[in-house]
Amino acid sequence: MAVEPDLKIELGKQGVFVTTVSEIYNWGRKNSVWPMQFGLACCAIEMIATTMARYDLARFGAEVFRPSPRQADLMIISGTITKKMAPQVVRLYNQMAEPKYVIAMGACAISGGPFKQGYNVLKGIDRYIPVDVHIPGCPPRPEALIHAFMALQARIDAQPLTGESRPRHLDAEAQSLFPVPTQGAHDLEPPMNKLVWPLPAPPRAADSAENCG
Amino acid sequence: MKTAQEILAAIKTALPQAGVELVLNPSPSAQHSLRLDPVHAVAVAVFLRDDKELALDYCSNATGVDWPDKEISEKVKTTKVVDGVETVVEETVKRVEPGYLEAVYHLFSMKNGPTDPGGPVVLRMRTANRTDQVQLPSLTPVWRSCEFQEREIFDLFGIVFTGHPDLRRILMWDEFEDHPMRRDYVDPDDYEYEPTPHDEVLKRAEEHKTHGVVA
Repeated sequence: MAVEPDLKIELGKQGVFVTTVSEIYNWGRKNSVWPMQFGLACCAIEMIATTMARYDLARFGAEVFRPSPRQADLMIISGTITKKMAPQVVRLYNQMAEPKYVIAMGACAISGGPFKQGYNVLKGIDRYIPVDVHIPGCPPRPEALIHAFMALQARIDAQPLTGESRPRHLDAEAQSLFPVPTQGAHDLEPPMNKLVWPLPAPPRAADSAENCG
Repeated sequence: MKTAQEILAAIKTALPQAGVELVLNPSPSAQHSLRLDPVHAVAVAVFLRDDKELALDYCSNATGVDWPDKEISEKVKTTKVVDGVETVVEETVKRVEPGYLEAVYHLFSMKNGPTDPGGPVVLRMRTANRTDQVQLPSLTPVWRSCEFQEREIFDLFGIVFTGHPDLRRILMWDEFEDHPMRRDYVDPDDYEYEPTPHDEVLKRAEEHKTHGVVA
């Protein structure tokens, strides 16, 4: 049960601190999101800059970049995912413990970006793993990454601990492993995981006639 | 640095049996190249490297070129007997010039160094065709710096270098079967969802819609 904000402030003035389990639980979670230490391309340079003194991601409780997926909560997909690299990215994501979150950083991680039409580039990591926050940009500035991080924190903060949208680590039934694509004769197989990347409904004929000019 | 013509003459003197010909570059750069016959290529390469004056001891770049089959239509005048009268008839004859794959090497001399300007010496080798006779001799034993670049040519163009110490794919995965830099390569069709298509992407997305590949 939530505490009314006004009452909370009033009680605070009297020296009484009131909270709920979910509030303090999520407060703790959102302020110690440890990202995984791995970079894929030029966006990684911006990610590194974000952690350094000038931008200082440590202010948000995320200064500890873990070199092991077992100890990381957040995967920052910082750069182009080649089709040769994609299975490894999915495998690393599988190896992370719940709760785990993903930020797709930059145009390449979202959609393939400037290399979209390349035969060797995955058109967005959300084809294989669920992404929590997408950041556009090529590359995004460190401020944009911090904004994405704050958006993720807000998302964690707002997550109820019970019910349908509870975090996956509190849901024994939740899917935590995602199929790792194999490298086939012509392309990755399968080319996408339809469970995490459902295709939008194809546009109706009337709509497409209007939109194509 | 000697000109391509001078180098050609030097090769002819040292190795008279080697089939080397000059490929002229008509552009203002006039960067002519030497086309080696694959059988004698290694001997010529060793000569270029070990010759005291040339001392081309460094291969800075090796790459591939794909020349697909080319259809050429020519107008040929022939005399034909039409209604008992001999007339000159112009006919269009089509013939297919078979394609081939080409490996190109750029050589410099580190020994002669910066006092030796004049750009790279360009070597070319051509395969017999683009399908089953795609072997060329590897020049890695002569210039070690070719190793990865020949692997890249093998990967992306499909030229098989005989004598290469470790011929594997280098950029694509081992299970991959295509050669993406060939002109007739068709990249995988993963344009299922294009919110803002334009140009080529629009074409591919439209194809997707009409073929009903969307599952």
